[in-house]
Amino acid sequence: MTDVTPESAATDPGGLPGQDGIAGQDGLAVVPAAVAALTDGQWHRLHPASPLLRGGIVLIAILGAVVANLRERLVSLFIPRFDEGDDAVDYVFNNGFVLQALLVILVVLLVLIAGFYFSWRMHTFRITDEVVEEKSGILFRTNRKARLDRIQGINIVRPFFARLFGAAKLEINQAGQNSNLQLSYLGSRAADDLRREILRLASGTRVASAVSGPGATAGFIDRRVGELFAPELDPDLAAPESVVKIHLGRLLGSIVLSEGTVILVLALIGGGIWIAATGEYYALFIALPSLFGVGSVYLRRFTRALRYTIAGTPDGVRVGYGLLSTSNETLPPGRIHSVQVRQPLLWRPSGWWEVRVNVASHSSNKGAAGQANTTILPVGNFDEAARVVALVLPGFVLPEFLFVGPDDGFTNSPPRAVWLRPLSWRRNGFATAPDWLLLRRGAIWRQLVIVPQPRLQSVAVAQGPLLRALGLANIHLHTVAGPIRAELGAIDLDAAVAFFGTVALAAVESAQRDTSHRWRSTELPMESPGKSAEEPLLEPAREPLAGPQELSE
Amino acid sequence: MSNRLELADVDWRRVSPRLVWVELASAAGVLVVLLAVCTGLWLLQLWIPLASGGVLVIGTIVQLVIIPRRVRSIGYQLRDDDLLFRRGIMWQRFVAVPYGRMQLIDINRGPIARALGLSELKFVTAAAAAGVTLPGLRAADADELRDRLVALAESRRAGL
Repeated sequence: MTDVTPESAATDPGGLPGQDGIAGQDGLAVVPAAVAALTDGQWHRLHPASPLLRGGIVLIAILGAVVANLRERLVSLFIPRFDEGDDAVDYVFNNGFVLQALLVILVVLLVLIAGFYFSWRMHTFRITDEVVEEKSGILFRTNRKARLDRIQGINIVRPFFARLFGAAKLEINQAGQNSNLQLSYLGSRAADDLRREILRLASGTRVASAVSGPGATAGFIDRRVGELFAPELDPDLAAPESVVKIHLGRLLGSIVLSEGTVILVLALIGGGIWIAATGEYYALFIALPSLFGVGSVYLRRFTRALRYTIAGTPDGVRVGYGLLSTSNETLPPGRIHSVQVRQPLLWRPSGWWEVRVNVASHSSNKGAAGQANTTILPVGNFDEAARVVALVLPGFVLPEFLFVGPDDGFTNSPPRAVWLRPLSWRRNGFATAPDWLLLRRGAIWRQLVIVPQPRLQSVAVAQGPLLRALGLANIHLHTVAGPIRAELGAIDLDAAVAFFGTVALAAVESAQRDTSHRWRSTELPMESPGKSAEEPLLEPAREPLAGPQELSE
Repeated sequence: MSNRLELADVDWRRVSPRLVWVELASAAGVLVVLLAVCTGLWLLQLWIPLASGGVLVIGTIVQLVIIPRRVRSIGYQLRDDDLLFRRGIMWQRFVAVPYGRMQLIDINRGPIARALGLSELKFVTAAAAAGVTLPGLRAADADELRDRLVALAESRRAGL
């Protein structure tokens, strides 16, 4: 690959969102031309409006401040008045510095525009078969690479302001803190196509992309309006039966039926009684603003979770939401390190469940309903929860884990564990499936934790004096950090030791069998057998996360 | 003792007994500081803080007494595909870390450990909770073990 300097050869992708989409034969469309150009391994630039969209808020703030300060002046320009103020503008006028002042303004404007221009010009990216690479900065250059097979997820965010311009932010998530690669901004259509292409390259498949949007023929305004009112999920993207949406009433109910609401109601009742008893009604006025604040929090959680969809696509699970500012993330297969299905106590009468996941990356974006974006199903009934779990863990069938009995498939705590798990000992247990480990616990706050064996980092078994007296032990499955802790207490000692032994073996074995870092590498090759021989199906990762130079003392 | 957590068929490798002196020295340091504080409290006649200080002193002395046993409880074994690690007498803990999961291996040496020629190996995986540290290895052994584990991790690397 020839390394072309960005200054000489970078082309500008984002500005032409409409010229892509050349339909191919046999219903198999080819990659849109603009995106094919983006993934050709050369350096490219972002959408020309990017600096404005990124720095836009700052510019508007400055403009607003200037206008606010000069409002009087502007008014008096048209309506002459007699009173002479003594602000800066007067000073300039009275001392004949008009020319100099205009010059200074001009220079500042020029510097700003030049800064924006150069920051756009120097910000380039390229996509090769191995990495996505980004270079940015004028004085302090930064260069960041994301290996395609280490991508943990790709997020497309469209803030409302950027949506009006038909621009979108593409965020490539990698494992670890603050390690994401952000391409802000790209053309809105280009971002969608680019994500599909990056995921196709990352998946290791040799099959050409089979999806492509229709060629845009409408005018600029029509396209913008069409994008604004388009459904959250492109119907072509996922089979309808694999799409889970959140029922509106259920969403409302789930936000209201939370522990926070209980505390709020109790506080309100307590406060009401106190005010009625003491007659200090002025306290109402103090409480009112905070009530408004609480109300707006509820409202924001509601609007942010509107239009929430989870869908299975060939390249992983797509989670999207948002009414004005939208966001959707694709998590490729094998990037989910554990899954938890749980039911808060208040949701039990309505039979609602929540599904959360542990992932290795930390998106800079908040999830829907202001929750962490590890909550991939904020609320749903058991069927929907089961479908979401099947989406994030392909092939997994969520068992009816509420059933409790001697042959419920779980190895539960023995009766003597009643001293430590007085309510839940009957349903406190684990099960092993060929590729998954299941931990079930809780009688009041019911939950099930599923850990895919290829993602397991290590396993531990522990015992304290109390557990020893009862002949019990704890087991821990270590996965990447997240909201889920996969551990189980008060398990029969022999069962725990046996579990430890089998899991330690199975974890190694399944990790070696796992090919999900190139999840579609088993698909049939299309062309050039020489090339696929070059990249074997089960390739060892060539570049470890920590090189030898980092392993020194 | 049948309820005790124990793994069958494991031939544990123990750490150097000299680790006892490292642990004793650091516990003794804590004890000296605590005693100094307690003396101050006694001179100032602050009886309630002195009582809690006394409890801490007794706790530290108990620790000093059980340190030799605790050091003896630390063990590890290099199995075919993973590292097995154990520690603790009252609170026992066994961890199995597959070689392919090790992202990073640190060698730490405190001043006393260095004087006695000991090193501590710390294994870092993508999971923060695993927390496997293997203290009290002879410095040469630690270097050799580190190199060997890095090579093993390299050959069995399994992504995340």
